[in-house]
Amino acid sequence: MSNPFPLEKEGLLEAYRRMKTIREFEERLHVDFGRGDIPGFVHLYAGEEAAGVGIMMHLQDHDRIASTHRGHGHCIAKGVDVKGMMAEIYGKSTGSCAGKGGSMHIADLSKGMMGANGILGAGAPLVCGAALAAQKLGHDGVGITFFGDGASNQGTVLESMNLAAIWNLPAIFVVENNGYAESTSVDYAVASDSYVDRATGFGMPGITVDGTDFFAVYEAAGEVVKRAREGAGPTLLECKMIRFFGHFEGDAQTYRAPGENEDNRANRDCLKIFRAKVTEAGVLTDAELDAIDAEVMDLIEEAVEEAKAAPLPAPEELTTDVYVSY
Amino acid sequence: MARTLSMKDAINEALDQEMTRDPTVIMMGEDIVGGAGAAGEDDAWGGVLGVSKGLYAKHPKQMIDTPLSESAYVGAAIGAATCGLRPVAELMFIDFMGVCLDQIYNQAAKFRYMFGGKAETPVVIRAMCGAGFRAAAQHSQMLTPIFAHIPGLKVVCPSNAYDTKGLLIQAIRDNDPVIFLEHKNLYGSECDVPEEPYAIPFGEANVVREGSDVTIVTYGLMVPNSLTAAETLKKEGIDVEVIDLRTISPIDMDTVIESVEETGRLVCVDEANPRCSIASDISSVVAQDAFGALKAPIEMVTAPHAPVPFTPSLEDIYIPSPDRIADAVRKTMASSKQEVAAQ
Ligand SMILES: Cc1ncc(C[n+]2csc(CCOP(=O)(O)OP(=O)(O)O)c2C)c(N)n1
Ligand SMILES: [Mg+2]
Repeated sequence: MSNPFPLEKEGLLEAYRRMKTIREFEERLHVDFGRGDIPGFVHLYAGEEAAGVGIMMHLQDHDRIASTHRGHGHCIAKGVDVKGMMAEIYGKSTGSCAGKGGSMHIADLSKGMMGANGILGAGAPLVCGAALAAQKLGHDGVGITFFGDGASNQGTVLESMNLAAIWNLPAIFVVENNGYAESTSVDYAVASDSYVDRATGFGMPGITVDGTDFFAVYEAAGEVVKRAREGAGPTLLECKMIRFFGHFEGDAQTYRAPGENEDNRANRDCLKIFRAKVTEAGVLTDAELDAIDAEVMDLIEEAVEEAKAAPLPAPEELTTDVYVSY
Repeated sequence: MARTLSMKDAINEALDQEMTRDPTVIMMGEDIVGGAGAAGEDDAWGGVLGVSKGLYAKHPKQMIDTPLSESAYVGAAIGAATCGLRPVAELMFIDFMGVCLDQIYNQAAKFRYMFGGKAETPVVIRAMCGAGFRAAAQHSQMLTPIFAHIPGLKVVCPSNAYDTKGLLIQAIRDNDPVIFLEHKNLYGSECDVPEEPYAIPFGEANVVREGSDVTIVTYGLMVPNSLTAAETLKKEGIDVEVIDLRTISPIDMDTVIESVEETGRLVCVDEANPRCSIASDISSVVAQDAFGALKAPIEMVTAPHAPVPFTPSLEDIYIPSPDRIADAVRKTMASSKQEVAAQ
């Protein structure tokens, strides 16, 4: 049977592996957080995997991304080590940031991952800087900032869109529109019905895609990344998506309609949609995907076990990595 | 009539009573009601930790959910304050002040002076501050010194539910911009709080524990930590006085100096980073104005000059603990100005 997809079999398996890894990572955190094993605030990306992976499949390490408070998915999709991430979330010295950052601040600059962020909209100016650096240093790297529908209303985001447009930066503004900012609906908080119109207002193209459809995201992202690499300037890409869990772990979600979560899980699960497409087309088999599922489960289990067994940072670490005068 | 109330409920009650008393008092912030435009329940959140829960039902016209645009809505609160409203703007975490600082320090703080006394800006900006929540570097700061540094702002950081209610009511009635900081680790702390509204004047420190050997000056979460240290030290025969500043701007230096003149020893305890801090500010004023009364060098107990770490094992040693406070007191008890001078 011929392959109707824009990726070869290997690429499809890789995309599935990344999405599944994110899903299991988040499902596991949900359980472990509920059990009290994990300190702090945790915002889960489950349900949104197709967006992060669909975009990141086009990127290399010299392409930079700036993430959000909901950053685990972006990290995994960009190739950050899953075990380092898990250890970070557990606050261990073996974590991606030596236990000093936690869930909301995982970063790996060697992978082009400029950091999850606790401040909404903060990634947009940073990514303009990444794009400017690529431009000045003469490489074809792009900068991608992710932000939610809520954060799209930050002045930093709007200023950055203008800046990227006038400097013709290889920057991409990805709106991850999951319909809610905490408990507040996008319909209340965002004045314009269309992010594409917003982009037009800033003199850049805008595209809206179904963020639960990996292939829709992959295709659109391919175009905007190519455009940026070729020096044609910034683009806005809106991915309409859903989050499976609450805003953060512990959110009772009474702002949702009754049955909303169940409906999302049943009908809008990007992993199920992906699986159905590739198996129905006869390009991948359930057995191949199940094998990945099993490997991912093992990886997550190992990551948790190793994170739990890892040492805490030494007390001296309190004042390392910072200039201390007294 | 007084009953036991948590700091969180005391804030809710103060807001409720002031909105009832004065319809020009309005509240705005992110998810302070919650569920705006969504299919589910109204008042779905009542603030990120539920502080304003239930207020929307009573004051629907005075409670406004905002988009995630701190510059715009904090600025709008400030502008509205100059035009007849008394807004209370909520920023979930003080760390987010960075996003809207211009509106606070170039606009609100300056109007009264810069316009030759012709403007009043009765706005309150509430935010959670402080470490201990495992919330990491961008959700755990104190930042009190930043606001104390700016003329024109009043800065409040209460240590208990009783003071919180009275100081918040005062903040709402005050005609200057007030930065009202609520330590997130004190939200659950309880004490007796009268049901009727009352205002506690700004610039009046509270001597929460009397003692004759050493003066501790502090505020916020460090008040209970200092009181714990004082109890430990009592068993060692050291009699500690603890002063709760309650308001950092204006600051009640008279009470501090009076106390130091009695005890001759001073320990400044501040959860903020040490440089240009509330602790260093008090130290310098006491060194200038009460040098003669000092029997020993002033001690400071603060967070280190580092961002707040995520991992609990480091965060726990970041926050000044009762043990560290007690050690500083012991140190000042063991040294004298003469010995230091002779070294
Ligand atoms: C400047 C700033 N304001 C407020 C917050 C608190 N906050 C964290 S996440 C969030 C909601 C974000 O919504 P959205 O941008 O849609 O992203 P989502 O959580 O839906 O992925 C809020 C209000 C923050 N972290 N930073
Ligand atoms: Mg959202």
